[in-house]
Amino acid sequence: MSRELWEGNQAIAEAAVRAGLEAYFGYPITPQTEVLEYLSRRMPELGRAFVQAESELGAINMVYGAACAGVRVMSSSSSPGVSLMMEGLSYIAGTEIPAVLVNVMRGGPGLGNIAPAQGDYNQAVHGGGHGDYPRMVLAPASVQEAVDFTMLSFDLAEKYRMITMVIADGCIGQMMEPIHLPEMKPVQRKDWDWATNGKMGKRERRILTSIYLDPYQEEKTNLRLLERWKQIQANEVRYKEYFLDDAEFVVIGFGTAGRVSLSAVRAARQQGIKVGLLRPVTVSPFPLGVIDELVKRVSGILVVEMNSGQMLEDVRLAVKGRAPVEFYGRMGGVVPFPDEVLNEIQRMISDKIPSELSPRDAWYERMVATK
Amino acid sequence: MQKEIIIAGFGGQGVLFGGQVLTYAAMDAGKEVTWIPSYGPEMRGGTANCTIVIADDEIGSPLVKNPPLGIALNLPSFDKYENELQSGGTLVVNKSMVDRGPKRDDIHVIFVPCNEIAEEIGDRKLLNMVAVGALLTALPELSIKDVEKALEAHLPERHKNLLPKNFEALKRGYEAAQKVPA
Amino acid sequence: MVATANNLVYERPEGFTDTPTHYCPGCTHGVAHRLVAEVLEEMGLLDKTIGVAPVGCAVFAYNYFDTDFVEAPHGRAPAMATGIKRVFPDRIVFTYQGDGDLASIGMGEIVHAAARGENITVIFINNANYGMTGGQMAPTTLPGMKTTSSPNGRDVETQGYPIRTSELLATLDGAGYVVRRSLHDPKNIRLAKKAIRLAFETQVRGLGFSMVELLSTCPTNWNMTATESLKFVEDKMVAYFPLGDYKVSSGVAQIKV
Repeated sequence: MSRELWEGNQAIAEAAVRAGLEAYFGYPITPQTEVLEYLSRRMPELGRAFVQAESELGAINMVYGAACAGVRVMSSSSSPGVSLMMEGLSYIAGTEIPAVLVNVMRGGPGLGNIAPAQGDYNQAVHGGGHGDYPRMVLAPASVQEAVDFTMLSFDLAEKYRMITMVIADGCIGQMMEPIHLPEMKPVQRKDWDWATNGKMGKRERRILTSIYLDPYQEEKTNLRLLERWKQIQANEVRYKEYFLDDAEFVVIGFGTAGRVSLSAVRAARQQGIKVGLLRPVTVSPFPLGVIDELVKRVSGILVVEMNSGQMLEDVRLAVKGRAPVEFYGRMGGVVPFPDEVLNEIQRMISDKIPSELSPRDAWYERMVATK
Repeated sequence: MQKEIIIAGFGGQGVLFGGQVLTYAAMDAGKEVTWIPSYGPEMRGGTANCTIVIADDEIGSPLVKNPPLGIALNLPSFDKYENELQSGGTLVVNKSMVDRGPKRDDIHVIFVPCNEIAEEIGDRKLLNMVAVGALLTALPELSIKDVEKALEAHLPERHKNLLPKNFEALKRGYEAAQKVPA
Repeated sequence: MVATANNLVYERPEGFTDTPTHYCPGCTHGVAHRLVAEVLEEMGLLDKTIGVAPVGCAVFAYNYFDTDFVEAPHGRAPAMATGIKRVFPDRIVFTYQGDGDLASIGMGEIVHAAARGENITVIFINNANYGMTGGQMAPTTLPGMKTTSSPNGRDVETQGYPIRTSELLATLDGAGYVVRRSLHDPKNIRLAKKAIRLAFETQVRGLGFSMVELLSTCPTNWNMTATESLKFVEDKMVAYFPLGDYKVSSGVAQIKV
C-alpha cells in the first residue's frame, strides 16, 4: 500500500471517520481547528452528524448525548477548550459510556499561545474532571501514531465503557508526514444493552445517569470503575523502546518530547554513551512494568517533557527511589532541540547526580541560572 | 542519512508549498520525511517558514536549530537563517529581494534572482520553484526528476496546466545554482 | 508640511497608545477602536476606564488603548466586566467582543449581563465569521455564506440560522440602550460614533446595560478586497442585520449630547 502525505489534524479526522465515527461535535481553537474544518466537509459528505457547537461546553455535552445513544462519537479541542470539557468528561465517566476526545495541547496556562506543549498531562492523566474516575490516555509522537491511536481509542473506549483521550501537541497536529491510512470501516450500530436510543417496541426502558444518591451505591460505582481500570492496567499498557537492551541510562519522554529525545539519544550513542529511550504510548495506564525492569540495570533516568515536570512524578512513583531521576523541561510552548537533551544526558553521566534537591528543584535552579 | 532543510520567506511567496513539494518527492522516493510549518507573529503577510527533515530511518526531532540546508526568499529570512545555518552548509538566497552579500565565509551561499527568472518564465509565483531547483544542487538525495514526478502526482487537477512552467522553474533554478562558484 | 493648529484636521486620539495595530488591511477594527478612543477622550473618561479584551482578532486590543485592560477567556468578557464594575461602580467598564466571542460561546454571559442590567458598555464587532482562527462559521454567518466550517455555504437545515443579537438582547428589561450601526461608509461611521457616545452616557448615568453592535468587514476571510468587503456589508449584511435602535429606555431617550 502506498503512503500518503497528511497533516496531523486532518489525519486524525480521517482516521476517526474510517473507524466508523458517526458524530463529531467541536469548536474552533488553534492548533486543532483543521480537525473541525475537515470534518465539516467530510461528515455531511458521508451523511453523518457534524455540529460546530456554541462552545466546547456545548460540544462535550453533545458528545455525552450521542454517546448515551450508543454511537461512535468524538470531539477535539486544545488546552483551554479541554478545560471547559472537564465537567462533561466527569459526567461521561460517571455514566460509564464510551467516548473519544483529542487534545492538541498548546502553551499555557490561561490563553497562553498556540505553540506546542505538554502542559495538560496532569489534567488528562490524573483528573481534570471532578470525582474519582480513571481514563485511558494515548500519546502519539507522529502522524501515523495519531492515526493508529485515534482508531484504537474507539475500540478501547467501547471495550471498557470509558473515555479515551488522545493527547497530541501542536507539532503533531500541524506537521505533515507520510502515512498508511487504514481501510474504511463501515459505521456499525452495535446492539449495546445500555444505550438509550428508544424502546422501539422491542425492550424495556433504560436510563443512563451519573446520579447515585445513596453514597453506598456511588461507592459501588466507583469500585466498578476501578475493577475495569485494573483490567486496563493489566492488558492495555503500550510503549516504544529504543536502544534499551544494553542501556546504562534511560531517557523517558512522550509525544514530541520523546521524538526530540530520540535524536539526542542517537547522538549520544554516536559518542559512545550507552543511553536508551523509553517512550510511553499509553501514559495512562502508565508503563510501570517496564520501569520496574529498567531500574534493576540503569544508573540514571532522565525525564524530558514540555511542561514543568508532570509525568516526572509518575516516573518517580514507579522508580520508588531505586535509581536517580533527573528532569529536563521546557514550558510555555517552547519545543526543546536535541542538543539541549544531549547536554542533559552528558551532564547526567558525568555529574554525581545531586540527591539533596528533588529533580524538579535541581532543574529549576539550572533553568533560572541560564535565563 | 538525514538532511534538514529550512525554507523561509513572506507569507504568499510559496514557502510552505515549496517545502511540501520536496516532502512529496522524498516520500515517493521511499524516504522518511517530516514537514512542519511555523508562522510569524502575523499570520497573514508575515514571515512563514517550514522545516523539512529527510532521512532513511524513523525521524526524531521535526525541528532543527542549525540546519545544513536552507532557502531564504526575502531579506528578513536571509538575516535570520544565515546566522543559524550549520557550518559547511548551503543557503539559497533569493537575490531579487536582498541587497547585501553574505556575512559568513564558512557556508556556501547561492544567490539566485528567483523573482526575475520566474517572471521570464511567465509567472511571478514560480519563484519558490526556482529556489527549490537551486537547492537540489546541494541535495543529491533527490533529483529534479524526483521533484517533477512529485509535482505531477500531487499538484491539484486545476493547476496541472502549470506543470510545464513549474518544471521550467526547477530547471532554471538548478542551472542558475550550478553557475555559482562553489 | 508640518501640522500646526491651523491645518491639523486629524490626529491619533489621546485614547490610543503609540503601538501600531496588527489588523489586516481593510479591517474595520481600526475604525471601531478609534471611535471608542475618541468618545472616551471627549467624555474625559480615559483615566477611569477599564477595558475587557476578547479572544478573537481584538485579543491584543489592550495594546492600543491608553486605559487599563484585562484579558477575558473566550466569551466571558461580560462576566469579567461585571466583576470589575460591581466592585468599582464609579469606573467605566467596557467590553470589546467579536461575534464568535459574544454570540456563540459567550451567549450565556451576554444575556445575563444584559438581564441583570449591568452598567457596562459592550462594543460588539459583527463580521460574520471567526476571524482570528481563520474564518470559521459564526452565529452571524449569513445563510449560504461559505466559511471554512461551512465549505458548501451555510446550510440552514443542518447548521441553523444566524442570530440577531441586538434584537434578542433588546427584549431584556435590564437593557438600557441596544442599537446596531455599521462601519461601511463615512455617514454610517459618524452615526456609529454617536451611538457609542450615547452608550457610554448610558453607563455614566447608571441607566443599565448598553451595547452597540457594529457591522464590520473581514476582507481576509471573506476573500474579498477591502472595497468589496465594504460593499458586502452594505448590500448583504445590512439586509439581514437591519440598522436601528432596538432598545432605548426612557431615561436614555432624554439624554442630550
